[in-house]
Amino acid sequence: MTVTDETPAQPTPGSPTPAVPGGAPVLEARGVTMRFGGLTAVKDVDMTVNEGEIVGLIGPNGAGKTTFFNCLTGLYKPTEGQVTLNGEVLPPKPRAVVVAGMARTFQNIRLFGNMTALENVMVGRYCRTSSMALTSILRGPKFRREEEATRARAQELLDFVGLGGSAEHLARNMPYGDQRRLEIARALATDPKLILLDEPTAGMNPQETRQASDLIFRIRDSGLAVVVIEHDMRFIFNLCDRVLCLVRGEVLVEGTPGEVQSDPRVIEAYIGGGDDDDDAPPRDDDPTTGADGIPNAPMTTEEQP
Amino acid sequence: MSTHDDLTPTNDLPGVDAPAPVRETDRPAYDDDHERTPLLERFPGRGSAAAWPLGLLGVALLVGGTFLSWSYTSNVLGDLSVDFYPNGVQICMIILGLVALVMLLAHQGPLHRLGDWLDTAAAVRILGLGALAYMVITLGIIAVRSGGLINVNPGGWVSTVGALLIALSGLMLVSHQSKDPLFAQTSSWVEIITIVVLLAAVLFGATYALGTSTGGAFSLFLVFAFALAWGLAKAGFFTWVGLIAQKNRQVLMLGAFAVAFLFPFTQGGSDENMSIATQVLIFAATALGLNIVVGLAGLLDLGYIAFLGAGAYVGATMSNSAFATIGWKPPFLVVVLIGACFSAVLGLIIGSPTLRVSGDYLAIVTLAFGEIFRFTMGNLDGTNGPDLTNGPNGIPAIPELNFFGFDFGQPHEILGITIGRFANYYFLLLVIAAIIILVFTRLNNSRIGRGWVAIREDEKAAEAMGVNVFGLKLFAFAGGAFLAGMAGTVKAHHDVSVSPDQYIFLESAFLLAAVVLGGMGTVAGVLIGATILKLLPEKLRFINDYRLMIFGLVLVLMMRFRPEGLVASQRRKLEFHEDDEDLAERIEEVHLEEEEAKA
Repeated sequence: MTVTDETPAQPTPGSPTPAVPGGAPVLEARGVTMRFGGLTAVKDVDMTVNEGEIVGLIGPNGAGKTTFFNCLTGLYKPTEGQVTLNGEVLPPKPRAVVVAGMARTFQNIRLFGNMTALENVMVGRYCRTSSMALTSILRGPKFRREEEATRARAQELLDFVGLGGSAEHLARNMPYGDQRRLEIARALATDPKLILLDEPTAGMNPQETRQASDLIFRIRDSGLAVVVIEHDMRFIFNLCDRVLCLVRGEVLVEGTPGEVQSDPRVIEAYIGGGDDDDDAPPRDDDPTTGADGIPNAPMTTEEQP
Repeated sequence: MSTHDDLTPTNDLPGVDAPAPVRETDRPAYDDDHERTPLLERFPGRGSAAAWPLGLLGVALLVGGTFLSWSYTSNVLGDLSVDFYPNGVQICMIILGLVALVMLLAHQGPLHRLGDWLDTAAAVRILGLGALAYMVITLGIIAVRSGGLINVNPGGWVSTVGALLIALSGLMLVSHQSKDPLFAQTSSWVEIITIVVLLAAVLFGATYALGTSTGGAFSLFLVFAFALAWGLAKAGFFTWVGLIAQKNRQVLMLGAFAVAFLFPFTQGGSDENMSIATQVLIFAATALGLNIVVGLAGLLDLGYIAFLGAGAYVGATMSNSAFATIGWKPPFLVVVLIGACFSAVLGLIIGSPTLRVSGDYLAIVTLAFGEIFRFTMGNLDGTNGPDLTNGPNGIPAIPELNFFGFDFGQPHEILGITIGRFANYYFLLLVIAAIIILVFTRLNNSRIGRGWVAIREDEKAAEAMGVNVFGLKLFAFAGGAFLAGMAGTVKAHHDVSVSPDQYIFLESAFLLAAVVLGGMGTVAGVLIGATILKLLPEKLRFINDYRLMIFGLVLVLMMRFRPEGLVASQRRKLEFHEDDEDLAERIEEVHLEEEEAKA
């Protein structure tokens, strides 16, 4: 909620109507292809994300999901194809992409570890603030106002993701789940229209995963479109309005969670061809069973020493 | 899937939290001498009740000895042959003895509560060993200068025995430190008095050190200062000083400037020391500029001296020197601006192609640029190109600065104290240093400073968060060049002549060494580093031939044992000790407490 208070460009704060998937398209990727030498990591991928929509991106390891993200956010320059945000073609430069209104998080958390949580989020405000060298040195009223506004906004975002009390903690000292949320807050600080989350629940326990999906819903409700890469099927089918399944760099299936979930091709892609359909459901739950099974083992070993 | 591996960090969390309560109760964490050096544990008589009286006896002997004559002949280390008239060399020992006394009294006795906060045993140990080393060197110098130990008078022996006893006492004492000085709560007037006393000590120390007439006395002062600093650091005193310095930053800044401002008045118009002081100040101001590039933006610049040189050449060619090649002679303030801008443009030219690639390339290109600059200046003599710089001869006879009739070349009387030529330049350079420090600190605490830290931490993530990485790097590079150019224009007038051989690579290396030695990203550290690197060779002429070797050795040792520099900014400390969780927790706790205090 609070997110929208300060950003007038976005829908009114009081309308939590889960925006109809089918509003105006925010992001349109057309024919995105990424080749590394002879290897085609992403092949002719189309993706449309509409206002207030949560789109999931799934696929086995090495399917090119993160590469596709990197193409969208300008970290890679796609070999072919183009990406438009709100109708404007995005240049393949990370900064320009952020300025245009698309922010991201990373698969391996890339926080500024030796800065505090608040400072991390304040860095996110960099592209929306403007005080330059001379203003900073002379410390005029404009500088002070902007600095205060930056701080207030960063604190507000920390509150939004539920880290309001950890503002002065060093990012590297924070628990894993908090680091993930802090990364989201930092991305939100750039006032995006669309946020890309790369495996936001990787390494989280079931409770943290629930909190994460709650947070993503709240982000969506504040008027942002969200794209999520995830391996946790239960999480993604719960969360998303639409799911794309990427296999070997190509879009295999696109549709509602229900459609994708039951599509035999998706199941096949995950477990490899030739297997019985009976194996499929447990396969989908794999991360969850893993989350139930694996943590118990280290937990018990941990109590021993 | 891959989530299996990723799940483990979550499970580590209880483990991370667990050690926290332990740290409150018993604190072996930083009082780790006892753990690491079992040799010390096995020292005979360790923990015995005799240790403390032994220390007191040692202090009495050490201080008492200084009031007796140390030397039979009167021509060694000043005059050590007079009873009840301690000279500087002896006063150093009195000070060391008194500090040891305070530590002993804090260990046991009236200042008992202070001992809870300080590792008194370690302090007494280091102070005692330092005093012993000092005395042994002194006796050695007396023996060598006047022909044998027979010339050492009883006072010298008494003090030596005293130092030995203090050292023994320190080895036998067991510290009862139970609290971390980082969390000491002190009233603000105690803090401010401490800062004032420390600054006054720096002023007196600097005056005394510069006033020492012989290399021997200066070396002894170094031993004294080193022992004192190390002993107090061991006790944990400087941890607290760092804390209060941060809390009372403005007081410290004002005080430091007051001390720097007062320094020329202690020199009584003598130009001898002031010339060293101005050189130190030019060096320090340039190093502070480099500190923006290296310490804040994290860019390795190996040719920084060229920007100083560019400013100096602009200052020289636009001066009233008969050898100046440009006819235009604008007022000095305009020249300063032109010199600074010229340097900044050079910085932009060098930076824009190289800053897009990784750091190593920048280091190589800047190294080359420094050399290109020097050769270019040596060749623009009319035969190889336009006659701008008079080639290797440089531009001599640059006239003194003159501000509204205030001639920098003439001595002036202020309050009855003569301010000589070098003192005039000293004040001007002080202003320039102040400007550079202001720019440094204000940029550091702003949007731009946050951007720099983010770039240092993770360039890719910074870029992906919308930080203008290239622009910020270029700005740091050009901004640093701007400040160096500014200092350069003054340097031209101060040096009277400008020639290419003043701007060799070695100077760049020394500047970088000052930044690294002192502590990247800090003002105080770089000032200390610059002072050490410039002052020592001036005062210790006899080590001049070996200074490169010595500095090299010191830097290697620093990188091994204290990579963050003498004075460490907290962030840098964290960056250099990426694995040290305990340090991170401690720094965070202090940080949180400060925030609470503010709120």
